[in-house]
Amino acid sequence: MPNMSFLRGLNRALGDEMERDPAVCVFGEDIGVAVSNVTIGLLKRFGPERVVDMPISEQGFTSVATGAAMAGARPVIEFQIPSLLYLVFEQIANQAHKFSLMTGGQLKVPVTYLLPSSGSRTGWAGQHSDHPYSLFAHVGIKTVVPATPTDAYGLMITAIRDDDPVIVFAPAGAVAQREDVDYDTLGPVPLGVGRLHRQGTDVTVVAVGHLVHDAIAVADELADTISVEVFDPRSLYPFDWDGLAASLERTGRLVVIDDSNRTCGIGGEILATAAEEMRLTAPPKRVTRPDGAVLPFARSLDLAVQPSRAQLRTAIEAVVKN
Amino acid sequence: MADSTELYRCVRLIRRFEERAIAMVRSGVIPGGIHPYIGQEAIAAGVCGALRSDDIITSTHRGHGHVLAKGADPIRMLAELAGRETGLNRGRGGSMHAADVGVGIYGANAIVGAAAAIATGAAWWQRRAGNDRVAVTFFGDGAVNQGVLLEALNLASLWHAPVLFICENNGFATTMRVNESTAGSITGRAEAFGIPAETVDGMDPEVVLAAASAAVDRARAGDGPTFLECLTYRFDAHHTWEHVARPRYRTADEVAAGTVRDPVEIQGERVPEPVRAEIDAEIEALLDEAERFTADSPEPDPAGALDYLYADGLRGRAGVS
Repeated sequence: MPNMSFLRGLNRALGDEMERDPAVCVFGEDIGVAVSNVTIGLLKRFGPERVVDMPISEQGFTSVATGAAMAGARPVIEFQIPSLLYLVFEQIANQAHKFSLMTGGQLKVPVTYLLPSSGSRTGWAGQHSDHPYSLFAHVGIKTVVPATPTDAYGLMITAIRDDDPVIVFAPAGAVAQREDVDYDTLGPVPLGVGRLHRQGTDVTVVAVGHLVHDAIAVADELADTISVEVFDPRSLYPFDWDGLAASLERTGRLVVIDDSNRTCGIGGEILATAAEEMRLTAPPKRVTRPDGAVLPFARSLDLAVQPSRAQLRTAIEAVVKN
Repeated sequence: MADSTELYRCVRLIRRFEERAIAMVRSGVIPGGIHPYIGQEAIAAGVCGALRSDDIITSTHRGHGHVLAKGADPIRMLAELAGRETGLNRGRGGSMHAADVGVGIYGANAIVGAAAAIATGAAWWQRRAGNDRVAVTFFGDGAVNQGVLLEALNLASLWHAPVLFICENNGFATTMRVNESTAGSITGRAEAFGIPAETVDGMDPEVVLAAASAAVDRARAGDGPTFLECLTYRFDAHHTWEHVARPRYRTADEVAAGTVRDPVEIQGERVPEPVRAEIDAEIEALLDEAERFTADSPEPDPAGALDYLYADGLRGRAGVS
């Protein structure tokens, strides 16, 4: 059985969709040489008309994709650095996202924005290490954060086929994941449907992106004393609230681990919703980056700001005591 | 290509549509106000007169003229300004976002300069898809200082995209004078990217039509983008709020000088008087009907406030549970 890496999953999804639909094209910087490995082989297969290397003009080519999408294309934009999203926030949040409603449904903007290594890549410092998925979920952009190679493939396929803008954050902490897969059974993964990686009865841990793997590791460590259920929402907007509610029916206790800043982060939204609408038998907790965090350069400082397994373990133990 | 009579009909329709719309802002029928295009009609009429109905335009916050000239129904356009369910955008866009995709209008855009890259993308894809459609993006003199517009010029030129950049230089970015906002020249920005640029009299519909027709021919032939700076003057306010706020940024003498040449009169003199009278009467009857239609049209149902937010009908959660 082939062993597929996370980036190979994204690469395969792009190739499969470009093969299937001639309207799919890829925009980005240095994608011809596949500097991120995601576009390997695509230039040779599909040519420069569909794998379009772009000058350093993120705002320009992000809205070029919007206009092309209005005219019938299905562009995928690869951004090498997550902080570039701040530069093109106007082009995504204020342009691409708003046209469907503002035109009364006359226009649709099927663009996929792919961040092939989002979050900390230790040593990349302040302007290369953010993980701004909460910001896009807040705005209402369809936002997905796959944790595994098969989900990377399946969510990428769904994002490209979606008629709305969709942003795909591939966490830097997950891109080293590999999985044995049967290529024949790989398929699309719907948005808004979470995945239970592990069943449990004492506490539900909602983990986003690469933190799913940390949550599974901590659950293994605690297996003799605490039964931990690990819930991966996979897409943050739309969010699988029904799946979370079903899990809390079983456990009644909640810990969220989320690699975005604390204030107005998706972790806060998950806690608030659970508190308002779901079964909780103990006060919930969240493990996040600190408020307003900017990742410092030094390795020890970078790691100090990111949510850790130790913090998660402490939070689980505290919630279960209640 | 539009003839003299059609150009007159177009500038007169835009003028009277706007005069009535301003009155409807004052009477409260149109919420939020509008950005009047009065004085600049020759540009919309001349440029759109050079286009086919399947060509594409993107417009600005001051977009009524472009939308009407490109062929949107004035009746549904007025209903849109009044936020009615029967409007072009079902009351979801209003004055600053009016769109009619059926006649190639990809929406007015309320962020200055933002639509240039959108038009460039649409033009690029049309060429890729093997069509000979062109795209036009209208913008004001203030937009030439927006980075994204300069990025769009670079990409359009690199790709020989069939796109026309139409700068409506009315002398003011809201209240800031062009000579206080803009270093160098406006056409120089396009020339720096290797795009042919020309400054034309934006008060004369036939002058604009001739320049735009040449640019459209170039774009259809695969020779790439053209930049036209159309010199014009905004007779009325930046926005109808000026009636209340009364910002002082130009003198009465200056306005009097700027309005001496009126595109409606310039074009009207080229049309025989009886024909002109007949067109004027037709336009008044049409706008009477538009006002009646608007008055009779329902406001959208509040239950559908977020309809059309997602192409697939996705519903997020309500604001209260």
